[in-house]
Amino acid sequence: MRSYLELSNVSIEFTTKSSTFRALDKVNLHVNKGEFISLIGHSGCGKSTVLNIVAGLYQATEGGVILEGKEINAPGPDRAVVFQNHALLPWLTVYQNVELAVAQVFKGKRSPAEIRDWILHNLDLVHMTHALDKYPHEISGGMKQRVGIARGLAMEPKVLLMDEPFGALDALTRAHLQDEVMRIHASLNNTVIMITHDVDEAVLLSDKIVMMTVGPNARIGNILDVKLPRPRDRLAMANDTQYNHYRQEVLKFLYGGHNQQELAA
Amino acid sequence: MLRRTRVMTSELLSRMSGVDMSALLRSWTLTVFGIIAFVLLWELGASRIDTALGKFPGPQQVWSQTQSLYDDHVREQDRRREFYARQDQRNAERLAANPDVDIQVRDYTGRPTFLDQIKTSLITVAFGFTLAMLVAIPLGIVCGLSNTMYSVVNPVVQVFKPVSPLAWLPLVTMVVSALYVTESPLVSKAFLTSAITVALCCLWPTVINTTVGVASVDKDLVNVSRVIQLPALQHVRKIVLPSAIPMIFTGMRLSLATGWMVLIAAEMLAQSPGLGKFIWDEFQNGSSDSLGRIMVAVLAIGLIGFLLDKLMLLLQRRMSWDKSTVLR
Ligand SMILES: Nc1ncnc2c1ncn2[C@@H]1O[C@H](COP(=O)(O)OP(=O)(O)OP(=O)(O)O)[C@@H](O)[C@H]1O
Ligand SMILES: [Mg+2]
Repeated sequence: MRSYLELSNVSIEFTTKSSTFRALDKVNLHVNKGEFISLIGHSGCGKSTVLNIVAGLYQATEGGVILEGKEINAPGPDRAVVFQNHALLPWLTVYQNVELAVAQVFKGKRSPAEIRDWILHNLDLVHMTHALDKYPHEISGGMKQRVGIARGLAMEPKVLLMDEPFGALDALTRAHLQDEVMRIHASLNNTVIMITHDVDEAVLLSDKIVMMTVGPNARIGNILDVKLPRPRDRLAMANDTQYNHYRQEVLKFLYGGHNQQELAA
Repeated sequence: MLRRTRVMTSELLSRMSGVDMSALLRSWTLTVFGIIAFVLLWELGASRIDTALGKFPGPQQVWSQTQSLYDDHVREQDRRREFYARQDQRNAERLAANPDVDIQVRDYTGRPTFLDQIKTSLITVAFGFTLAMLVAIPLGIVCGLSNTMYSVVNPVVQVFKPVSPLAWLPLVTMVVSALYVTESPLVSKAFLTSAITVALCCLWPTVINTTVGVASVDKDLVNVSRVIQLPALQHVRKIVLPSAIPMIFTGMRLSLATGWMVLIAAEMLAQSPGLGKFIWDEFQNGSSDSLGRIMVAVLAIGLIGFLLDKLMLLLQRRMSWDKSTVLR
């Protein structure tokens, strides 16, 4: 059986002035519908590159990506991206930022009233309806990130792609947004691929943790199935043996001998 | 009126209380000091320079010439009014005597005054500048969006950018005379020649700055646009233009300043009406008042250039989404 989203033998080479740089080498990944996937790996290993290939923003040099049986070769709203540094348009308000995407994606499919309701609904999901008319420079980093997530969700994507969505936030805001993302994922059951540097975040949120080896020629080193029951509570998890076991596994991969061997090879 | 003044004062005070009062006072004091020092130096220097047309005009002479130029203007306007009143009266009388008479309305043909010349110059620069912007901004956008277009256009821009207006002028004059032939011209040839020369010279700063502004749009924002699949025109309108607005305005301000400088030279050389011609005529005239009058024109040119730049700055503040940046 085909999986919902499939990366098969994806390799990419970047041509710089004099040389070619092979960032990814034969990446294979199968994602089922409704799964929450985390991509974890050392900085510069190629996580964003994988995400950009799925988004269609980069084109794989070899191999390809198949979503619901169709090959991907251009960006589109069915693979919404939440960017690492929010990427809100600074000259538009919170509402207008989401509106820009919604109005374009549902143009001719929904009435203006429906579009308006849908924008408000998605901003409500991330608890941002109190700041509809504020500009990005008038709201905090965490709030900007929430608007970015609302914009992604509002496109009703088949796959939501998030590049370190909480990377630049303090621990408290981060925990709060993680809970919100878990809640939204539970209620919408959408397919999500999220890049993270944070081991706890990966274990807490994911169904699968995809661990990448260091680049160049980065590959998927290991995939960890996280079979913790949902809903997950971060306080209860702290003392959960199973949770700590998963945590150890990821840490061992990242900082254990595994990567060093890869480097030497 | 009184109420308005009071509101304005209180607004000013409340605004100033936010800023450091003493800093504001200091900057004003320095400004006034600078002006006084300049006037004194000018007075001192002027009295020591003897020219064939008398002493170099000092502040006092310039002030009296300013008044006399203004009086000239008022007198000329009175004459114009009288001329039309007389003509209307005469025509009315003739019409009363014979209802079928063919009435002729003649235009008043007085000598253009200093203020008329300023008006002409402003209209010319406005026309030339607008013409240039209509070409420069779209061209800059296209060059910023497409590397191919940039490679095509850039060499041409680089070569024409340093060309002086005086080099263009003979060519423009000949081309205008050859192509602009109509029975009843809407605008004069001289006007068109100077306006086009202005346009040719103030094209480049805007083209270059718009190109840079458009090319340096945040990559993430471009990716947002690609993900939601904005059509090309929408992409330009909603993503590219707003991000490039500050750079476009920087270019436009440079262009307008260039245009204003070029215009004076063009008017002088082409003998087309305006401030440049006023200066040239006074120079040729060579009366004892001439140097004073030229100095008035020099100051007027500077002041107008300054005001034009302030006007653009005001426009930029209105148009820009980023109210936090300090614009200078
Ligand atoms: N457009 C590009 N041109 C050339 N090289 C690139 C390009 N994009 C990425 N790379 C290279 O590919 C490698 C992987 O980059 P990528 O951004 O995917 O890393 P990452 O895992 O997301 O890192 P981080 O966690 O720091 O964001 C890096 O070595 C980077 O230099
Ligand atoms: Mg990255």
